[in-house]
Amino acid sequence: MFQYIANRLIMAVFTVLLISVLSFVIIQIPPGDYVNSYIAQQEASGAEISIEEAESLRDQYGLNQSVWVQYFKWMGRIVRGDLGMSMEWNRSVSSLIGERLFLTVVLTLATVVLTWALALPIGILSAVRQYSFLDYFFTFVGFIGLAVPNFLLALLAMYFGYVWFDASIGGLFSAEYVDAPWSIGRSWDLAKHLPIPALILATSGTAEVVRVMRANLLDELGKPYVVTARAKGLSDWQVIIRHPVRVALNPFVSTIGYILPYVVSGSIIVSLVLGLPTVGPLLLRALIAQDMFLAGAIVLLLGVMTVIGTFISDVLLMWIDPRVR
Amino acid sequence: MARAMPLTTEPDTLAEVHTTSVRSESQLRLTWRKFRRHRLALIGTGIIAFFYLIVAFAGFIAYADPNVSEADRSLLPPQRIRFFDDGSFRPHVYALTGSRDPITFKRVYVADPNQKLPLTFFARGFEYKLFGLISTNVHLIGVEGANAEETLFILGTDLQGRDLFSRIIFATQVSMLIGLVGVALSLILGVVLGAVSGYYGGFVDTVIQRVIEVLRSIPTIPLWMGLAAGLPRDWSVLKIYFAITIIISLLGWTTLARVVRGRFLSLRRDEFVMAAKVLGCRQPRIIFRHMMPALISHVIAVTTLALPAMIISETSLSFLGLGLRPPAISWGVMLQQAQNVQAIALTPWLLIPAIPVIVIVLAFNFMGDGLRDAADPYSKLGR
Repeated sequence: MFQYIANRLIMAVFTVLLISVLSFVIIQIPPGDYVNSYIAQQEASGAEISIEEAESLRDQYGLNQSVWVQYFKWMGRIVRGDLGMSMEWNRSVSSLIGERLFLTVVLTLATVVLTWALALPIGILSAVRQYSFLDYFFTFVGFIGLAVPNFLLALLAMYFGYVWFDASIGGLFSAEYVDAPWSIGRSWDLAKHLPIPALILATSGTAEVVRVMRANLLDELGKPYVVTARAKGLSDWQVIIRHPVRVALNPFVSTIGYILPYVVSGSIIVSLVLGLPTVGPLLLRALIAQDMFLAGAIVLLLGVMTVIGTFISDVLLMWIDPRVR
Repeated sequence: MARAMPLTTEPDTLAEVHTTSVRSESQLRLTWRKFRRHRLALIGTGIIAFFYLIVAFAGFIAYADPNVSEADRSLLPPQRIRFFDDGSFRPHVYALTGSRDPITFKRVYVADPNQKLPLTFFARGFEYKLFGLISTNVHLIGVEGANAEETLFILGTDLQGRDLFSRIIFATQVSMLIGLVGVALSLILGVVLGAVSGYYGGFVDTVIQRVIEVLRSIPTIPLWMGLAAGLPRDWSVLKIYFAITIIISLLGWTTLARVVRGRFLSLRRDEFVMAAKVLGCRQPRIIFRHMMPALISHVIAVTTLALPAMIISETSLSFLGLGLRPPAISWGVMLQQAQNVQAIALTPWLLIPAIPVIVIVLAFNFMGDGLRDAADPYSKLGR
């Protein structure tokens, strides 16, 4: 058991390292360095930057050194909690990301919870009542859920929200709470706004988990221990819930490793369409403005978030299913 | 060796075996028979064929030059085609006059019932090259005695006054082909790396599997966004096109590599592979001549399922403004105009390019599912 956790932990660290390299590549990709674009930006607004100033800026960020030295310096600063400066906003990256990252995590968690809440009953129903109308219905809906990209669902939701309810369904807060400090009222407001974006994000994940759940449960239903349980006189639903469902529960935990990167990816585009204050729109803006320290930091943090989530799910899986050990 | 040995079986027993044996069919025929029973998969295949027909004849089907813009025709709603004139079949549209609403400053268009513009088949329009070779100006439909660009707007126009229908047709061409190129790239990567991983096993296998695991645990969109944003702004449309394809297929190969590896692992110990080894075949020959045919059908199915993912990726990236850039036309580029609530509420027809995306992705999924079931010799379907 200990070895399994250690194995996963090493894997996670390795993944984080690779993500950090990729994030750094993103910072490095645009031609010229960050000082060049800073100078161009300052000159556009009328300010002059002398060559000495430019050189001292380069020294400060170590841009004269080799790529590897730069990478380790960047990593060194990040380990100490310094994510660098955003040149577009002229503020530290951490102050920009703070609340947005928190809201991204909230949205992601809400999506995963909703995925489970929807997939569990639907999966059980589809397996127990195989080839019934509801089974076919959910299979079909699941197909659409898998096929339609999130952002299109978001666009359609906005359109129908407008046509049918004459309401904009965007945002995570009502107008009066957008810039308000955290309070019970604001949290409640957030809770009221969460379901629609979470539902949009959860569709494909739900479809996936229902598929796996249905297949697993169908495999389990025919096994002798189920027959035994039935023979002992348990009611139909008691048999199903107490025995095979517990075995078939694995996909709920194990698929999180695939769902999480997917949800995080999807949340970026959906946030953009629905105008949610998560890191998504910030990332897009940073990328378009070539504000690379901000962009690199966001990619890194999203990646690390995903790795942590996957690691937790691995440990949970081991706890639920002794066979994995 | 076998030829030198005399046959021990008596001729008449041989004949007996032949009469009792059921007629045999090739794997391909069996697969096709099973596939045919999968109705959704057949419908999906039909839709895909239809879309690729559009791809091949894009210039012929589109009636207006997709790049001709005109501010006076901006955001025109879809135009109604009237099929009957005084009880007889004579398709026509009404001529439109546009003006600006003095209060809202919105452009409003009024149809004039007295000015009927008859539609014709095989009309002359803008110049294009059929299959990129034959220069012609014949189009499937057009307006008699008038310029199609100025009079015919089946699906309305976009912000720049370009005809939406013709643009969707050309976008289909771009979006459907980018998927093919991307899949081809990830197919090569996936099959080669998967085969190597499954065949050799051991250290190589561990490394490749770890890399795949790492790649799969990274959220793709931010990564793609980062890579795509780094593409120089002054690159030509074509260069961007290929760069985006490479970026998209960079992560698309992992699923395929996994499938191929799994099959190779189980095939590696099979008798026919052992036989090939004993006969002294070289490894590339064993892999490509003996093992590949056994898993080719499965690979095809997985590839079919990978195509829609590619199409969605391109659409998403272009939608964000990080993928293909105008003047390139793709579904994602077109949907960029429908990014905010105002656009959706006031000009819902700008959302029309979403329909082909959804339809083709569903079609590919249905076909892929059918192929996967049909290619699996152990599936119950069709027995």
